[in-house]
Amino acid sequence: MRTNILISFSMLCFVFAANAGTLDKIKKKGHVSCGVSQGLAGFSAPDGLGVWNGIDVDICRALAAAIFKDPKKVKFVSLSAQQRFTALQSGEIDILSRNTTNTLSRDTSLGLNFAPVIYYDGQGFMVRKKDGIKSAKDLSGASVCTQQGTTTELNLADYFRANRMKLKPVVFESNDEVTQAFLKGRCDALTTDASGLASERSKVKNPNDYIILPEIISKEPLAPAVRHGDDKWLDVVTWTVNALLTAEELGISSKNIDSFKKTRDPKIARFIGKTIGNGKALGLDEKWAYYIIKTVGNYSEIFERHVGKDSPLKLERGLNALWNKGGIMYSSPMR
Amino acid sequence: MFKSKALRTWCHKNLFNSKMNSFLSVVIVVILFKFLSYFYAWFVTNAVWIGDAAACREASGACVVFIKEKYNFILFGFYPRAEIYRPILCIVLLLSLVIYSSYEKNWKKCTLILWALLFLVSTILMGGGIFSLPIVESDQWGGLPLTLILSVVGIFVSYPLGIVLALGRRSKMPIIRIFSTCYIELIRGVPMISLLFMSSVMFPLFLPEGVVIDKIIRAQIAIIMFVCAYMAEVVRGGLQAIPRGQYEAAEALGLNYFQTMRLVILPQALKVVIPPTVNTVIGMFKDTSLVIIIALFDLMSTMKTALKDPEWLGFNVEGYIFIALIYFMFCFSMGKYSRTLEKKFNRKGTLT
Repeated sequence: MRTNILISFSMLCFVFAANAGTLDKIKKKGHVSCGVSQGLAGFSAPDGLGVWNGIDVDICRALAAAIFKDPKKVKFVSLSAQQRFTALQSGEIDILSRNTTNTLSRDTSLGLNFAPVIYYDGQGFMVRKKDGIKSAKDLSGASVCTQQGTTTELNLADYFRANRMKLKPVVFESNDEVTQAFLKGRCDALTTDASGLASERSKVKNPNDYIILPEIISKEPLAPAVRHGDDKWLDVVTWTVNALLTAEELGISSKNIDSFKKTRDPKIARFIGKTIGNGKALGLDEKWAYYIIKTVGNYSEIFERHVGKDSPLKLERGLNALWNKGGIMYSSPMR
Repeated sequence: MFKSKALRTWCHKNLFNSKMNSFLSVVIVVILFKFLSYFYAWFVTNAVWIGDAAACREASGACVVFIKEKYNFILFGFYPRAEIYRPILCIVLLLSLVIYSSYEKNWKKCTLILWALLFLVSTILMGGGIFSLPIVESDQWGGLPLTLILSVVGIFVSYPLGIVLALGRRSKMPIIRIFSTCYIELIRGVPMISLLFMSSVMFPLFLPEGVVIDKIIRAQIAIIMFVCAYMAEVVRGGLQAIPRGQYEAAEALGLNYFQTMRLVILPQALKVVIPPTVNTVIGMFKDTSLVIIIALFDLMSTMKTALKDPEWLGFNVEGYIFIALIYFMFCFSMGKYSRTLEKKFNRKGTLT
């Protein structure tokens, strides 16, 4: 709490100091400074060669592609949870793309502006397949392993109380202990964020013996953030995310984007910059969206590559499917 | 035959000399055997030396493949692979100089010059920018070199600072004494983590936007500030152990304060406190791993990050054992060397 007050106070000083022109500064220095995590599977984690990979990472690559036509012009700054907001406010990074949940207090008193959500996470349950549990509603009386002193623990209690179910919580200090306890059969279900469940599941010998239940009991919309006071830069980030979604909606991917060069569809023509206007409005090259999709791919490609079926995490699209395919991913029209 | 008899006598005398001891010996041998056979099965029989992550998950033993795949990242972090010879060269130079300086016959001024040279050379090697070495920015430094930089520079700067603080605390001049005492007590009163936080989270907020002071330098300063307070107390212990007679003798010889300290008191005091000094140094070497909370990639952080690769989730044991061995190698050699020094000085009788 004390750090919160300190940070908010210091932020206040800087909200005024924060000046416009992040985009110009980025163009001048030649790279996007992108704040990422210290390693979170599927979102931002380096491989054996030290190359960053993940959804959060690709958002920054997409920005670099939009600005410089080159997704490699990103400098990744690894940040701990406590450092992330300071790094953004002090100007060390231009964008925070670090599995950060959009909340009211962060949006206001921490002086952040959030771009559209890139991943709807939320607390879920994992159970053993042989137990035959199909829904979280079947969990009444079940023992549930969870981590001590987290919002996860509170959400769990709330959910069981709201549904008048009996809860036997089994709490542990660290995340690894929780997983180990569940695998050794100390409890019937394991609860944490759905993406976390998937990465825990990928660690075990036979992942198919476990299933993640469809219910999501909390809201964790993860979104990239920029600092208050530079609307133009926020626009660029916002529409970069929207471009990823729009491309998927229009059926444009990194593989087929070149086949649309002679398209008559006005939406696609606007998207790839054949009809000009969007680029100028954002202060970018007219073909900005083309470079994003050509080099990084559309949202579906990014998702499947890092957390979906092409990755060890094997997450379902779920809420993160497009609005017309059963999810809630929805881009405003790009015109 | 003789040998086995000697062994039997030895065992009888040391392990089975009473009922209780015999019982304890048997229990310990059984536990040791259980543990070793388990470890052997884990590390040798069931270990996976060739294959991929899937093969590792199938097997019940150690996943050596994980270390093979990741040792480059764990040891050198984000340092560009093409330039990896540079940090390796730095480590080799550093270790050779450490070994060179550990011999008493090399304790002269020119060794100090060598250290200054090493500092210069390794800065150039790591950072690049001249002699057609490509620039590698400090945020790409990581792994073992970073751990070594933080601890070696930390020791070199905080040891003399600690001596100054210790002398300050025992000074007859009140302002210096009060300042030193306050500094030492203040720094010892807070955890090192909070200093690191201050340097990485609070400090940037007071700088103008866009001005960024290198994270490594910030962490290094925090470490030095912290360790020199502890060093000061260690040295003060040594100073207090020197009998009054020594001070009086020095005064009688007409030596001034600085001469007294340099020629009479400190040489004796510092020898007395070799064990606690090395203790502090070892503690500090391991404490550098706290920089994980400000997202610097030292040996500990790179290992933890390597565990987060989605392809290789869940090989914690292998990772921790790997770096534990590295830390142990360094700390054990330091402890061993400190014992050699103690023996040497004891033999010479300089302590009396």
